[in-house]
Amino acid sequence: MKKIPLYILMTLMAVVMIYPLLWLVGASFKTNDEIFSSAWFVPESLDLSVYKRAWETVTPFSMGHYFLNTFFIIIPKTIFAVISSVLVAYGFARFDFPLKKMFFALLMGSMFMPAIVTVMPLYSLWSKIGLHDTYVPLTIPALFAAEGAFVFMLVQFFRGVPREFDEAARIDGCGSMRVLIYILVPCIRPVIVSISVFTFLWTMNDFLTPLIMISSVEKYPLSLILRLSADSTGDGYEQKKIIAMSVIGLIPSVAVFAAAQKKFISGITAGGLSG
Amino acid sequence: MKNLNYRNPVGVGKYTGLLLIMPFIIGFALFTLYPFAASLILGLTDYDGIYSPEFIGTENFSDMISSSEFRGAVGVTLKYTFILVPLKLTVSLLAALLLNAEIKGIGVYRTIFYLPSILGSNLAVVIMWQFLFTSGGLVDQLTETVGLPSVGWYGDGNSAMLIIVLLRLWEFGSAMILFLNALRDIPSEYYEAARVDGCGHIRSFFRITLPLLRRVIFLNLVLQTIAAMQEFSAPYMITGGGPMKSTYTIGMLIYDEMFRFHNAGYANAVSWAFFVLVTVLVLILFAVTRKKTEEDI
Repeated sequence: MKKIPLYILMTLMAVVMIYPLLWLVGASFKTNDEIFSSAWFVPESLDLSVYKRAWETVTPFSMGHYFLNTFFIIIPKTIFAVISSVLVAYGFARFDFPLKKMFFALLMGSMFMPAIVTVMPLYSLWSKIGLHDTYVPLTIPALFAAEGAFVFMLVQFFRGVPREFDEAARIDGCGSMRVLIYILVPCIRPVIVSISVFTFLWTMNDFLTPLIMISSVEKYPLSLILRLSADSTGDGYEQKKIIAMSVIGLIPSVAVFAAAQKKFISGITAGGLSG
Repeated sequence: MKNLNYRNPVGVGKYTGLLLIMPFIIGFALFTLYPFAASLILGLTDYDGIYSPEFIGTENFSDMISSSEFRGAVGVTLKYTFILVPLKLTVSLLAALLLNAEIKGIGVYRTIFYLPSILGSNLAVVIMWQFLFTSGGLVDQLTETVGLPSVGWYGDGNSAMLIIVLLRLWEFGSAMILFLNALRDIPSEYYEAARVDGCGHIRSFFRITLPLLRRVIFLNLVLQTIAAMQEFSAPYMITGGGPMKSTYTIGMLIYDEMFRFHNAGYANAVSWAFFVLVTVLVLILFAVTRKKTEEDI
């Protein structure tokens, strides 16, 4: 019974944490008067037509188009990030080579590099070779283990796999790559899930990079179409539509988070991202 | 990372590892080293992003130092960082202490507390946050119910900054997860021993928990400081930097100079100065915490 105050406190905090999101979903169904007259999130009536209008967006393209655009960025980026981070982490975790300590220090240092410093010269670089306004600047950096945190996380997990496994496989005639693919990768599957989920969520959230690199409306990812709609419609009636678009835009992240939640929180908590 | 020194397996040359980390080496050169050097060089030029840059020496840097807009943005960014980071660390540590309890249903609470940090920087949520604070919005209605007068959130510089601080504070989950991991690594025997010696909860928090969390507190401090210093999307979407530039961060200044005013040379000079500022701040954090650590021992 000593636990009851704890539960009350935690529940109160949980309500504060979740209420804005509930309110957002509720507000998309409300009339404008209702949005500004009731703090309770449940709408008086369910008016689904706003979602139909929201799906049509403020451009000639539908939300479906922008979902596809986003996935065209996310899918290659995730595959690139997983492959490159696994290779680099394998190198750091299982091999000795010249200047290893220096490279590892650089990797750690790159995690603390503010993105906003590098993004301006990178824009100049990509536009000089004519690749701005394509998905190349958004996806290709992932081929080069751009997220130091992923490599770091993987190195720690590789170290948790006994080296006897590798040695046994080598005695059986496996080369370095086969050891990685057949022995190590199956052991670290939860981390690979975590990396994919993080890449997905971070890409859904990324705003600055697409804002700078992508200029044609038809190539916009979700974040930019939301910004465009929020900027271009000021009158009261359309507020509801923006809210509904925001709710639609959040669905993929919420779905991925919900699906992976258990695995992925355990992936982080198993000592991965903690330094 | 101690123990990076493994001996290579028999038959593996010393370049295999180097080959494996090649993606990182190339990527580091292209996407970190190159832009870093380029922004210093472009910072010394007059460049509009289209015609070729013209070397003008340190003019951009002297313009920057004498510009009241730059100084204002530095002030806003530092003020925002100094308000947000201590609050966020405190809240995330308290939440981690709560969620470290071994009780039924704790997983649900962990998920709920963590969720905003995952969704929070999504532009959809940033837009929602803007609606929450409009006059007559949810926050106004709530303050009215408790009998507080309605403040024009966007009309005043301090309250406009508070909107952004609250948004980022709400996203304390990622810092909380790091604390939670570190808390779990503390052996429960420590607390039992302290209890036997007559230590209360509060004393064992200050004598055991806090000292053992020192490393993760520092990590969170650095990560959150760097993130706060770079703040761009929230002021860009929510306040537009206003009112009267009171939420105009360095991130917004760099973006505007580059893409609205096409002063690429100047924008790069500011980026570089910003990098120096962040590095200095992180080094100060290092120095202060190191000193503290020695005092404690």
